[in-house]
Amino acid sequence: MTFLATIGAFFLAFFAQSGRLAVFVGQTLAAMLRPPIYFRIIGQQIIRIGYFSLPVVALTSFFTGGALAIQIYYGGNQFNSEAIVSSIVALGITRELGPVLGGLMVAGRVSAAIAAEIGTMRVTEQIDALTTLSTNPHKYLVAPRVIAATICMPVLALVADIIGIFGGFVVGTQSFGFNAAIYVQRTINFLGVDDVTSGLIKAAVFGFIIAMMGCYNGYYSKGGAQGVGRATTNAVVSASILILAANYLMTSLLFSA
Amino acid sequence: MTAKIALTNVHKSFGPKDVLRGINLKVETGQSLVVIGGSGSGKSVMLKSILGLLTPDSGSIKIDSCETVGLARHGRADIDHQIGMLFQNGALFDSLPVWKNVAFRAIQNDGMNEADARDLAVDALKRVELGAELLDLSPAALSGGMHKRVGLARAIASKPEIIFFDEPTTGLDPIMTDVINHLIRNCVQELGATTVTITHDMTSVRAISDKTALLYKGEIIWQGTTDELEGSDDPFLNQFINGLAHGPIEVEGQKLASAPSPAEAV
Repeated sequence: MTFLATIGAFFLAFFAQSGRLAVFVGQTLAAMLRPPIYFRIIGQQIIRIGYFSLPVVALTSFFTGGALAIQIYYGGNQFNSEAIVSSIVALGITRELGPVLGGLMVAGRVSAAIAAEIGTMRVTEQIDALTTLSTNPHKYLVAPRVIAATICMPVLALVADIIGIFGGFVVGTQSFGFNAAIYVQRTINFLGVDDVTSGLIKAAVFGFIIAMMGCYNGYYSKGGAQGVGRATTNAVVSASILILAANYLMTSLLFSA
Repeated sequence: MTAKIALTNVHKSFGPKDVLRGINLKVETGQSLVVIGGSGSGKSVMLKSILGLLTPDSGSIKIDSCETVGLARHGRADIDHQIGMLFQNGALFDSLPVWKNVAFRAIQNDGMNEADARDLAVDALKRVELGAELLDLSPAALSGGMHKRVGLARAIASKPEIIFFDEPTTGLDPIMTDVINHLIRNCVQELGATTVTITHDMTSVRAISDKTALLYKGEIIWQGTTDELEGSDDPFLNQFINGLAHGPIEVEGQKLASAPSPAEAV
């Protein structure tokens, strides 16, 4: 009986949490569409989420591009297909690794920061204070962060694409002796607009997920400093898992058509 | 006098725990009500229910004869505009300087420009005896007492008709407690506001209350004027105001003496 009760409690908690998240997302979408829209706060968040994430995204994508080039070179070597390095690096980075790794890095950095900030506001009654001052917390706190992250992530993914391909280029030309002009030419020839845009669409969705998970976990945090810590962890974990799940779904949709 | 705030049979539970068990309370226009009670007696839940931050399970809460239970947030915008609130720890916004905290409502809701908002903040800070040199400071740079005073300035900046104070002197030294009590009294008199204060500090009760109510286990078990408070022979009230460990009130869930139920005692 205890075992069944535990299973029942787990599913009840799961559905309660899912329902609360769905309501939260609905309230946020409504807040994003209805005035007032806090453009100044959106601008501040674009700086915090986008600009300050550039170094971590750039470094990640550079080294990933380089590692990918090495793997493809030695993999292709077995079939005398070393020449595919440039094209596969470009495809891999733009379609998958740029947006996904960029998303995961930004999830670690931004989701945690948002959850900690909003969680602290919750436990110190600042969110209650906003409400009593006739300001909707969804409009003032959540919507600007979600809008900013959704705008920033495609830009960060584009930067990741360029730097990741550059990382592959550096390794290919410096370590494996590829001709620089031919490497670039093959990259350009092989890469289609759809490859880049599919990655950017994914990145926009990842941005939405990252900010939403940070805001949601922070907004419902409770229990003082420990609760804020838990919210921060949950934000990063849930954002990362949802990014990977959404990536699979979108890849299926975008490339099966 | 008409009741500015009226609570009728308000119940609120969290899971199996009944926190409010049929609260009946009226606050007349211009009156200063202080609700006292031990930790966990339901004071904060009652206050949050009046503010619309929590929804009661049943009962009625009227402000200016307008039923607020079940009203959506946007539906009570007019009511919210006449309310000011001082939170226990100030609840100042960390990301904003002092002047933007104080003039927050005017900036966000009334679209007040920066120069006028700074003037408004200077005026409100002056009322709580703080100088303009604080305007550009971050809340993190303020002491506990200043935090409370800036919070009070924010609560009164829009000249509200109703002001709520959540444990305004908790955590302050005796001198700062006296300063805050005087500021509350002065500000409220200047504005002619109706106030509800929740506290367990009897110094505050004597300094700022017209009427006092004792909340115990989610029920109002005594209410009366400040004069009646001192002369009452209610065992619960006497234990509380004299700070006695032994008596009918259970201390942190531990029954220290044979205690009658609140209903039996009154």
